[in-house]
Amino acid sequence: MWTWFYRLASPPYVYRLAAAFAPWLLGLAVLAMLYGLIDGLVFAPPDYQQGDAFRMAYVHVPAATVSVMAYTLMAVASGIGLIWRIKVGHAVAAAAAPIGASFTVLTLVTGSLWGRPMWGTYWAWDPRLTSELILLFLYFGVMSLRAAFEDPTRGDRAAALLAVVGFVDVPIIHFSVQWWNSLHQGATVLKFAKPSMAPVMLWPLLAMLLGFTLFFGAVLCMRLRGEVLNRERQANWVREAVKA
Amino acid sequence: MRAAAFFAMGGYARYVWPCFGLAASILLWNVWSARRHHAQARMRVLRAVAMAGSEQS
Amino acid sequence: MQYPALGTRGVSVGTGTAMALILRRELTLSLRRPDQLLQPLVFFLIVTTLFPLGLSPELALLRAMAPGILWVAALLASLLAMEGLFKSDADDGTLEQLALSGQSLGGIVIAKTFAHWLVSGAALVLVSPLVATALAIPLEAFPTMMLSLALGTLTLSWLGAIGAGLTVGLRRGSVLLSLIVLPLAMPLLIFGANATDRAIGGDDASGGLYFLAALCVFTCTLAPLAATAALRITLE
Repeated sequence: MWTWFYRLASPPYVYRLAAAFAPWLLGLAVLAMLYGLIDGLVFAPPDYQQGDAFRMAYVHVPAATVSVMAYTLMAVASGIGLIWRIKVGHAVAAAAAPIGASFTVLTLVTGSLWGRPMWGTYWAWDPRLTSELILLFLYFGVMSLRAAFEDPTRGDRAAALLAVVGFVDVPIIHFSVQWWNSLHQGATVLKFAKPSMAPVMLWPLLAMLLGFTLFFGAVLCMRLRGEVLNRERQANWVREAVKA
Repeated sequence: MRAAAFFAMGGYARYVWPCFGLAASILLWNVWSARRHHAQARMRVLRAVAMAGSEQS
Repeated sequence: MQYPALGTRGVSVGTGTAMALILRRELTLSLRRPDQLLQPLVFFLIVTTLFPLGLSPELALLRAMAPGILWVAALLASLLAMEGLFKSDADDGTLEQLALSGQSLGGIVIAKTFAHWLVSGAALVLVSPLVATALAIPLEAFPTMMLSLALGTLTLSWLGAIGAGLTVGLRRGSVLLSLIVLPLAMPLLIFGANATDRAIGGDDASGGLYFLAALCVFTCTLAPLAATAALRITLE
C-alpha cells in the first residue's frame, strides 16, 4: 500500500513523474483561471461597497493562499528531508521556495494596489499584509541560507531546519501581528473589507484559487526536475534521462 | 460602450488592470524561470557527461 | 587557564557537571575580554541616541516612541553579540572537540547560550534604566520594562543560538544571522514593546508580560533542540 509513497523518495521516479504531471496541471490551471477571470471580470456584478475594485480579490486572495501553502509544503518537505534524509524532500523544498516567494510578492503588491482605493494609502500595516511581509522575510532567509553554503548537502539541511523553525513560528507571528493590530485600532478600521461574497462572486474566486493551486503544482514539477538533476548529477540514471 | 465600461472598471481601472497585469507577469516568470532552471541543470549534466566521455577516449 | 578536553584521562563526568564546567568556562573567557562585553552595550546606547537625533528632542514624543526605540535597539544590540556565541570556538576547533567529547551536545549548547545571555542580555537589562531615562520613560515603568527585557533577551538569545548554529563558519555570517533571526523575533518585539508601553501609560501590563513569558518558555523548551540540530548540521 505504501509503495507509491516509497517510490516518491526515488529521484528518477520523481523526475519522470514530474515530467508527466506538469503539462496536465498547467493545462487544467489555465482552464480554471480562464473561467475564473471571465466570470469574475465580466459577469460578476460590482460590489455595492467597493465597486469594481473588489475584483482585485480574484488575484490577491489566491496569491495569498498559495504563498502560505507553498511555505507549508516547503516546511513539510524539509522535515521529511531532515528526519528521513530523503534528498527528494530537499529538492521539493528548494523548488517551492522561489515560487512561494514570488507569490508572496504578488500578494503584497496586489494588496497594496487594493489598499490604495480602499484606504487611500499604498501601504497600511494591516495584520494580513504585515504577516505576508514577514513571510517574505522568512522565505528570503531560507533561500539565502541555502545559497550561503558551499556544500549543497549542508546547505539543504541548514535551510531545511530554518524552514521548519520558521513554520513553527508562523502561527505565533500571525497571532502576535493580529493582536498588535487590534490594540492600535485607531480611527480607521484597517481590515481588508471582505466583500460579502454572494455566490455569483464566489465561484470565480474558487476557480481562481483552484487555478493558482494547480499552477503552483505545475511550476513546482517543472522546477523540481532541475533541482533533482542538480542533486543527482553523479548518478547513472541521470545520464540516460537527460538525453531523452 | 460595454467594452469601454469594462475597461474603466468603475473608475478603478488604474488599480485593477496593473493588478492583473502583475499577476500575469509573475505567473509567466514562474514558468520561464522553472524551465530555465531545468535547462541549466540539464546543460550541466550533459557537459559533465561529455567531459567524462572525452576523458575516457 | 587550560581546561582539559572533557572526558580525557578516562575521567567521565555527568551532564550536569559538564554543563557547569562549560558555564564557568564561558563566563571566565567572557570576563577576560571586557571590551567584548561592553561593545554591544555601548551599541545599545548609541542606537538609542540615534532616534532623538533623527526625530526630535521633545520628551513627550520620545516617551510615546520609547517602547519601540528601546526594543529595536535591544534587538539589534543582542544580534550583534549573538554572532560570538559559537564563532571563537568554531575558529579554533574547540567546538568540534566539544561535539566529539561524548558529552550531550544539547547540554553544552544550553550552558553556552545561558552563559552568553548572562553577559549580554542580562547586562542589557541592567543598562536599560540609563536608556529609559534618555527616552523619558517614567520611573514607575522601570520594573515592568526590565522584566520584559529580561524575558525578551532570554528568548532572543535562544533564537540567536539557532541562527548562530546555522551560520557558524559562513562568510558574511553576521548579516545572514540577522536576516534569519529578525523575522522570528518580531512577535517578541510586539509583546515586549506593548508591555513596556502599557507600563509607561500606567496601565496593567500583565497581558503583554504573560504573552512574553509564554513565548519565552516555548522558545526555551524547543530552541535548544533546534540549535543543537543546527550545530550538528554545520559541524557534520
